[in-house]
Order: sequence, then structure tokens, then C-alpha cells
Amino acid sequence: MNSSGILSVVTFVYGIAAFLYLVSWIFKKKTPGRLATWTAYAALIGNITGIGMRWAESYQLGYGRAPLSNLYESLIFFSAMIAAVYLFVEKKYHNRVIGAFTMPLAFLAIAYASLSPSISDRIQPLLPALKSNWLIVHVVTCFIGYAAFTIAFGISIMYLIKERDLAGKNAFLDQFLTAPELDELNYQMIMFGFLFLSVGIITGAVWANSAWGRYWGWDPKETWSLITWFVYATLLHARMTRGWHGRKIAYLSVAGFAAMLFTYFGVNLLPGLHSYGAM
Amino acid sequence: MNSKQQSSFTLNDIFSFFASVRLTVIVLLTLAVTSVIGTLIPQNQAHEDYFDAYGEVLYRLFSVLDFFDMYRSWWFQFLLLLLVINIIVCSFDRFPAAWKIISGSPVFQLSRFQKSSCQRKISIPSSFDNLQTHIEKTLSGKTKKIQIEHEGERYWMWGEKGRWTRIGVYIVHLSVVFLLAGGLIGSFFGFDGAVNIPEGEAVRNIRLFNSGKLLGLDFEVRCDKFSISFYETGAPSEYRSTLTILEEGIPVLTRDIIVNDPLSYKGINFFQSSYGTLPSQNLILSFRSTASGMEYREKISPGQTVTIPEGLGTFMIKAFNQDQKFMGRSIGNAFVGTLTTNGNEPVEVILPIKFPNFDKMRKGDVIVSVAESENRYYTGLQVTSDPGVWVVYTGFILMIAGCIVAFFMSHQQFCIEIKADGASSAISIYGIANKNKIAMKRKIDMIAEDLIKSLRQL
Ligand code: HEM
Repeated sequence: MNSSGILSVVTFVYGIAAFLYLVSWIFKKKTPGRLATWTAYAALIGNITGIGMRWAESYQLGYGRAPLSNLYESLIFFSAMIAAVYLFVEKKYHNRVIGAFTMPLAFLAIAYASLSPSISDRIQPLLPALKSNWLIVHVVTCFIGYAAFTIAFGISIMYLIKERDLAGKNAFLDQFLTAPELDELNYQMIMFGFLFLSVGIITGAVWANSAWGRYWGWDPKETWSLITWFVYATLLHARMTRGWHGRKIAYLSVAGFAAMLFTYFGVNLLPGLHSYGAM
Repeated sequence: MNSKQQSSFTLNDIFSFFASVRLTVIVLLTLAVTSVIGTLIPQNQAHEDYFDAYGEVLYRLFSVLDFFDMYRSWWFQFLLLLLVINIIVCSFDRFPAAWKIISGSPVFQLSRFQKSSCQRKISIPSSFDNLQTHIEKTLSGKTKKIQIEHEGERYWMWGEKGRWTRIGVYIVHLSVVFLLAGGLIGSFFGFDGAVNIPEGEAVRNIRLFNSGKLLGLDFEVRCDKFSISFYETGAPSEYRSTLTILEEGIPVLTRDIIVNDPLSYKGINFFQSSYGTLPSQNLILSFRSTASGMEYREKISPGQTVTIPEGLGTFMIKAFNQDQKFMGRSIGNAFVGTLTTNGNEPVEVILPIKFPNFDKMRKGDVIVSVAESENRYYTGLQVTSDPGVWVVYTGFILMIAGCIVAFFMSHQQFCIEIKADGASSAISIYGIANKNKIAMKRKIDMIAEDLIKSLRQL
């Protein structure tokens, strides 16, 4: 089986993991929860294996390049990062409900890559401008940041739900972390994401400087990554001002996630240089 | 007296306005929202195109608001300036106090520990030996040095680490100032231009992008060779130029450049950005008569006219196209000529170099093709100079380092109080952290569990 085949199977494994997390939350059962965790680990390992195989296949085709240069490859890397960051959080906070809100997002990312007819999984050679080690660091750090923001988005949604029920009347919400814990975890994820997005933007700038002699050119993709960065920088500071706690922070996190999604998918609707999403 | 007080009151007001995080939130959000505009309106296009696209009213409005070059507009630059002022004033406001803590040495203040929200009390038998060694073991790694204070029946073991990490956010903020300062230096003292150099030739002047003016360098650049390699799919895999720098005609440096690997000389960088083909000045055309089947070869230069034997007319080379289109597809380099036969209108003939049989399609009395030509490449270089780039890169490093410190490290203080109380000792464990209190709570719990565990092992 080639890497695309494995990754199609992995897509379904992610689907099962997401389903089990939801079942474990809704029916408050331990066994599906434990199964969900194992399935998620299996999906992550399969996902990473698929990426590794794709790398090897590119060498067999004589291109020899890291599998990080088109929409398909970035999406499968994205799903792996979401799963990895989530599993780290699960290990640290011992709470599987977060999985019910984030694992479906990992599934969506890889399902979009595997199932959308408009996304090609062919391994193509690199354009000369994309041959750079900075590019690899750039893509890897950006997507680790994106994954952290994705988890933060899931947590923010949980916060917004939980915060309406502080009295604890709704039985579906009693397995959630408390609202202050969710708020703190959201903040931790955003700091983590902000660091990686910063490194991602910086390595992108260094790469642009080595390819075109300018580190910043206000092309739409660059500008949108900066907009995302501004939104999260706003959030970091808003948290320190009075009247901006809790719900407003969660809304800002959702806004930052929307800006991130636009940076990733939407910018291709605008004119520019970046090739992700060029299907 | 009164008026003086009032004026100092307003000065203070202005100061606290510029020092406030509220202003930061507003400016950062405004930057985020306004930056969208320049991604929806393509920047720096021809004004006629804007006029056609948006109509007169919108065109006027956008023009006044500088939306066609918004990232360089006065109002956008003003927002960036406001951010820098905000950072500087805010740092002036807070740094002295922070520095006092950072440079000060730790002082034991029991009341601060007692007020902390991270604390836990446990009780253990007084018979517990070596309590101090156990506590030292659990605290090791969490503090730099453990100090002991006594007072009657009570004593405290306390310590701290990470005092210096309070500087992290100041480094992040300084990095933002570096980035904008570096950008400013670049825009004042740098330039960005382009030059095309035919193989074998040297140039001194480059054309600037912004003004369109020529800029003379104080050395010459020669292109010795240009080459392209392709993948099996036909997609280009590498563009390579061999460049030589000449100082007063004498070669001082020769190097190959490829797309991600520019040449830098005296602070000026040469990037591979495009290429093209220059037509051969002397080429040999082949004329094959369909009537007799004879082939005639004639030397010709662009602009020159030759007479074809057998009375088949005259032929002139009129142009050279690097990217000739035929039925919507590119057929590469091609000469374009005019064939004039007696009594007929002149016809245009396309001579693609890669396809010598192309002209057969015209079904004329004579089939024209290029038999020999020596086309040269020229390399297209982007030429830039940016003396601010090292300031920006310093900013990059400061930002990453500062963020790591600000986000993941904190100033942590621990104190364990031991109070002998008859048969048992009351132990209180306190922790103070300047951020991530939840993690601190967990640490305090861990210390308590550690002590309880080592108690059980006895
Ligand atoms: C683009 C500009 C800026 C960036 C990237 C930035 C970045 C940061 C970062 C990463 C933190 C640490 C946040 C945390 O630990 O959660 C921080 C904290 C802070 N920032 Fe900024 N900042 C910027 C502008 C400003 C400005 C203009 C002010 C002026 C008021 C400001 C005031 C503060 C304050 C007071 C803190 C908290 C310091 C502390 O924890 O003691 N920031 N900033």
C-alpha cells in the first residue's frame, strides 16, 4: 500500500476516535473513552507513518523533498499536529471531553485532504523557489502553531458552553473542566500557538529574504498571518485589562481561529505567491 | 499654584493614556482590522485599472484614504508609531519597578507567602527523622538555594528561582521596537531594483522599482553563463547564473547563484529572479520550395531583407518572441518574419526554433524555417540592499527568546513552614508564582504528596 492508501485508512481511524470521544462524553462511559485514546494514538502513529512514507516515495520518484509543499501534504501534517497537541493536553489534564471537541477537527482536516476530489495527492516536484530548509522549518512551526490555535478554539467553544451553566444544572457539562480551568488552558494553548506562529512568520521572512531579497512584502498570505498574530497579541493583552475576562477572551480566540483559517484556505481566493491551497 | 497642579494632572493623564494596555488592545485590533483592506484591494496597481474596477466615486475615496498603497500610508504608519510609543512609555512606566525586583536579592516575607492562593497544610509525626533532608530533596530543582529562618517553635525553609525571567516581556517588547526600527532603516537607506544581463556582458546600472530611475553601482556585474535544468515532467527544477564581480574591469569574485542562494557583495544582494532569451544577431534560414523541392540557405539578421531564389519573393525578420503563442499554447522562442511575394499582400510567418516543420502548415509555395541560430540567454536579477536587515534579525531573535521566557518561565518562590506541635508537626507548604498559578498549585500538591510518600516509606 502506498502512503495515500495508508492515509485514507488513517482518515477513518480518526473518524472512529472522534466518534468514541463523543460517545464517551455523551454517555459518560469510561470504556469508550479509553478506547478513544488508544484509537487516537493509533491514528497519530498511522498519520506520521504515512507522512514518512510519502517522504520516502518522493525520493523514489527522484524529487527527494520533505512532504510539506501543497494543500494535501499540509492538511495531513495539520491533522497529525492537532492529534499530537491534543494527546499531550489529555495526558496532562486527564480530561477526555476536550477530545470530543478537538478530535473531530483533526478528522475534518485529514478527511478534507483524503476525500475532496479537488485536492490532488500526487507527489509533484518542488518549484525552485520552494527549495529551502527555511521552508521546512517555516511550515512545521506554522502548523504546530495552527494546531495549538485549533485546540484553543475547541476549548473556547467548551468555555462558552460551560459558562452559561455555572450553576451546574446541565448534566452533559459536569465532566467539563471548570470555567476558570478552561480559561487558563485556552490561554496556555494560545501562548504556545503564539510562540510557534511567531517563529513561523519569522522563518518565513528569513526564507523570503533569501529567495527574493525582502523579508516582508505585504503579500496577502503574509498579511493574513500578521493579522492572525495581531488578533492573538490583542488577546494576550486584553486578558490583563479589566472587563476583558472570560467570554470576551473566548470570542477573541474564536476570531483568531477564523483569521488563521482564512490565512490557510481563504487567501488563495486573493492574488499572491504561496502555493498551499493551489490545488 | 492651582493651574500648575492642573497642568501636571493632564500631563499625567497623557502619560497614563500612552502607558495603558487598553490602548495596546485598541491599536492591535485596529491594525488587525485595517490590514485586511490591503488584501482585498490589490496594492500598487496602475491607477487606470483601479478607476475601471471601482468606478469614479470609490476610486476617489480609496485614493484619498491611500488604500492603493495602504501599508505605506500615513495613517497606517501612524498606527505603527502609536504602537511603538505605547511600548516605550509602558516600559518606562513599569520597567523600573520590575528591575528593582529582578536585581534585588530575595528577602523572607512570611506574610506574602501566607497570602498566596497556592498553599497546603499537612501534619506528620514529630518522630519523623531527617525532615530537613527530605524537604531539601523535594525542593531541589525547584529553587536555587534553600535558606532557613527560625523563630521559637517554628522554622521555615524557603527559596526561589527564576527572578530574572521577569525580564522576558520587556525583551519581547524591545524586539517589536527593533523590528520597526529595522524596517525604517531599510526604507530610508535601502533600495530594491532589477537588471537583465545577457550572457557574456557586464553591467553597472540597475533600475529601481519604486522610482524607475537608474542607479549606478561602484562595481560591475558580469553574467558568465545562465542555465536551466528540468524535472522529467518538464517543470523547471533549477535556474543558475554564474556571476562575476568586476572592480575597475578586474574580476574579483565569481560565483553561481540559484533561486534561494543569492550573491552578496558590499552589502548589495543579487537574486535570481527571471531569465529570457536574446535573439541571435546572425541566423541562417532555410527556404524549401514546394515546387522544386530545393532547399536554399540564407544568412540574415533581424530587420534585414533577403531575396528567395526561384522568384519566390522576399523575406524579412521583423521580431523575436520569447513566448510565442499558437492557438493559446506556448511554443517557446520564435522569430516572426514577413514574406512578400509578387503581387500579393505580405504574410506573417512564425518560425518557432523548436519546431522546424511548423511553417508547413501554412501550405505556401515556400517553407521557411530557422536552420541555425545562436540565441543567448540573459539572466534577470533582483538587486537589493537593506542595511536594516540585521536590526530586524536581531529583533527576530529577541522576540523568540523573549516569548519563550515570558510564556514558559516564571519567578517561583517556595516556603515550607515546620511547627512542632506535641506529637505531630504541622507543615505548611506555600508557593508564589508570577504566572500560571494553576501549575504552581499542582507543584505544591506534588511537594505535599512527596513528603507524605517518603513518610510512608519509613
Ligand atoms: C506588537 C506589539 C506587542 C507584542 C508582540 C507584545 C507581546 C507581549 C507578550 C508576548 C507578552 C507576554 C504575555 C503573557 O505572558 O501572557 C506581553 C505582556 C505585556 N505587554 Fe505586550 N506586546 C506588544 C505591545 C505592548 C504594548 C504597546 C504595551 C503597552 C502598554 C504592552 C504591555 C504589556 C504588558 C503590561 C504586559 C504584561 C507584563 C507582565 O506580565 O508583567 N505590550 N506582551
